[in-house]
Amino acid sequence: MDDWAVRAEGLEKRYGEKRALDGFDLAVRPGTVHGLLGPNGAGKTTAVRVLATLRRLDGGRAEVAGVDVARDPRRVRALIGLTGQYAAVDEILTGRQNLEMFGRLFHLGGRGARARAAELLERFGLTEAADKGVEGYSGGMRRRLDLAASMILAPRVLFLDEPTTGLDPRGRGEVWDAVRDLVASGTTVLLTTQYLEEADKLASRVTVIDRGRAIADDTPEALKDRVGGDRIEVVAADPADLAHVARAVARVCSGEPRVVEEARRVHAPVADRVTALTEVARTLQDEGVQVEDIGLRRPSLDDVFLRLTGHATEEEKEAVAV
Amino acid sequence: MTSTLQPVAGRGRLYWALADCGNIVRRQLTHYRRKPVYIAWQLGFPILSVLLYGYVFGGAMKPPGGGGAADYRDFLMPGMFVMTMAFGFINTATAVVTDANKGVIDRFRSMPMAPSAVVTGRGATDVIIACAELTILAATAFVMGWRSDGGFLGTVAAFGLLLLLRYCLTWVGIWLGLLVPDPEAAGGLFAVAFPLTMISSVFVQPGTMPDWLGAVAAWNPISSTAAATRELFGNPGAGGGSWVEQHAVLMAVVWPVVITAVFLPLAVRRFQRLSR
Ligand SMILES: Nc1ncnc2c1ncn2[C@@H]1O[C@H](COP(=O)(O)OP(=O)(O)O)[C@@H](O)[C@H]1O
Ligand SMILES: [Mg+2]
Repeated sequence: MDDWAVRAEGLEKRYGEKRALDGFDLAVRPGTVHGLLGPNGAGKTTAVRVLATLRRLDGGRAEVAGVDVARDPRRVRALIGLTGQYAAVDEILTGRQNLEMFGRLFHLGGRGARARAAELLERFGLTEAADKGVEGYSGGMRRRLDLAASMILAPRVLFLDEPTTGLDPRGRGEVWDAVRDLVASGTTVLLTTQYLEEADKLASRVTVIDRGRAIADDTPEALKDRVGGDRIEVVAADPADLAHVARAVARVCSGEPRVVEEARRVHAPVADRVTALTEVARTLQDEGVQVEDIGLRRPSLDDVFLRLTGHATEEEKEAVAV
Repeated sequence: MTSTLQPVAGRGRLYWALADCGNIVRRQLTHYRRKPVYIAWQLGFPILSVLLYGYVFGGAMKPPGGGGAADYRDFLMPGMFVMTMAFGFINTATAVVTDANKGVIDRFRSMPMAPSAVVTGRGATDVIIACAELTILAATAFVMGWRSDGGFLGTVAAFGLLLLLRYCLTWVGIWLGLLVPDPEAAGGLFAVAFPLTMISSVFVQPGTMPDWLGAVAAWNPISSTAAATRELFGNPGAGGGSWVEQHAVLMAVVWPVVITAVFLPLAVRRFQRLSR
C-alpha cells in the first residue's frame, strides 16, 4: 500500500437511509493531481471529508500517506491539507494574521509561523494584500489564501474540494496556476470537480463517481475518447425539421447522432470539427432548414456520464424536462 | 524553506491543549482589536437600558426600601451587569455558528491541533471579553453615581459571580451555536433572552409581581446572581421573602454549576457529532 498517496477500499458512509458512499474505491499515485469527477450529490465531498478525518467511516478502509484514517486520525492530520468547498478563512483577520494563526495551530511556534506566513503570501501572490482584511478580498484571492492555509505544513496530500466552483474565469485561472505549482513541488493533490474541462486541465488521472461509487478510473484523454471527443450540436427552429437535421449531421459525424425531441436538438460526435460544422451548415442552408443554433461542443461531464452510466445527470434530466 | 516547517517538538498533550487554547483566544481577541465596534454593540443595549430605566422610568420605579430615582439606579446597576453577562451567550452562539458555516471549525478539526481548544478557547475568550465589558459598564455606572459599599472582598466576589454566570452560559452558547442554522437565527435568540431577563429581578423585585410570576422570577437563575451581587455590593434590593431569595449567594454558585453540568456535555456531544 506504500506506493499510493491515497488508497481507499469499499468505503461506506450513510447519512440515515442515504448511502453517500456505497463501496467507493480510490487509488492515487504520489506526486500527481488526481481528479474526482462527479455531478452534484455524487459523494465527492463525503469522500474528501472521510479521507481528511472529518467524518467517521461506516465501512471499508482508507489510508492516506500510508496511515490508516480510522486508526490514527491525528497522524493523518499532520500529513494532509484540506481546502473545503467554501473558503474556510477568517473574514475579520488579515491574510497574514490568518496564516500566522494557522501556523501557530500547526505548532510551528511564533517565529516559525511568521516566517512561513510571509513565505506563503509571497508564493500565492498575496503579499500586497497581506495586511488587509479578508472581507475585502476577491473570490480568487480568498481561494488562494485558503490554499496557502492548507499548505502550511507542506502536506504530503492535499484535498481540494471543488476549488473553482463559483469563481470567475480569472479566479479559476489563478487557482489552476497555484495547483500546478503545488504539484511541481511534490505534493499529491486530490481534486474534486464537476467540470470535465478542469479535470482535463489539471489531473493526470480521473475517477468518476456516481451515487457513492467509482464508475470509471482513467486518464482524461481516455475518458474523452470513450465519449467520442468533440460533438456537433444543432437546434432546429421547427420540430418538424428534426429528421432533416439528423440526416445532415449523420453525413459528417463519426458516431450515431442523438435526437433530443423535447429540446429540438440533434448532437453527434465529430472527428474533424471545422469541416463538419461548415458542411452541416451548408447542407441545411441549401435545403432551406431554419436553424436556431448550431455549434461545436467539447464533451461535458454530462456526456461522460451518459456514456458511462446510461443515465443522465440530475441537471441534464432537469434541463430536458423544462 | 523547509527550515521553517519544523513543528516545535518534545512537548506533551497537556502543553498543546493549553497552547492551542491560547492561540484560539488570541485569534478571537484579534477580532475585537480589528473591530472594536463589536464590543460597543454588545454594550450598547445595557447602557441604553441604564439610561432608559434609570432616567426615563426611574422616577416612576419604586426602589425597594423606598427612595428616589437615584436609589432605583443603585438597584438597577447590578441588574444591568447581570443582563450583559446573560446576553453573552448570544454572542457565543453567533461566533460559533459563523465559524461552523464558514468551514473554519472544519479546518481546525482537520489540523493536528488539540480538538478541545476550539471549545476551551471560546470559553476563555468569553470570560476575558466579559471582564472588559464589566470594566466599561462599572465605569459608566460609577459616573452615574453608583457605588459599591461591599468593601474590596465583597466587590471582587460580586464580579466573580458575574463572570461565573457568563462562563456557564458559554456552554449554552456553544451548544446553540452548533444547533442553529445560521448567524441570523443566533441573533434571533435575543427574542427568547429578552423576556427571560424581564421575568427576573434584573429590573424589578419579584415581590412586586403577581405571586405565580414572582415565584418564576425568583427561581430564574439570573435573579440569584442579581440578588447576590446586590447583597455583595451593598446595593438596595437584596433579600426577599422566599428561600431562594434568602440564599442568593449560594444559588448564584449552584445555578452556574448546574447549568455547566447540563450544557457542557451537551455542547461536547454536539461537537463530537460533527464527525458522524
Ligand atoms: N450531513 C448530511 N446529512 C444527510 N445527507 C447528506 C449529508 N451530507 C451529504 N449528504 C447526502 O449525501 C450525498 C452525497 O453528498 P456530497 O458528498 O455532498 O456530494 P457532492 O460533494 O458530490 O455534491 C447527497 O445525496 C447528499 O444529499
Ligand atoms: Mg460537494
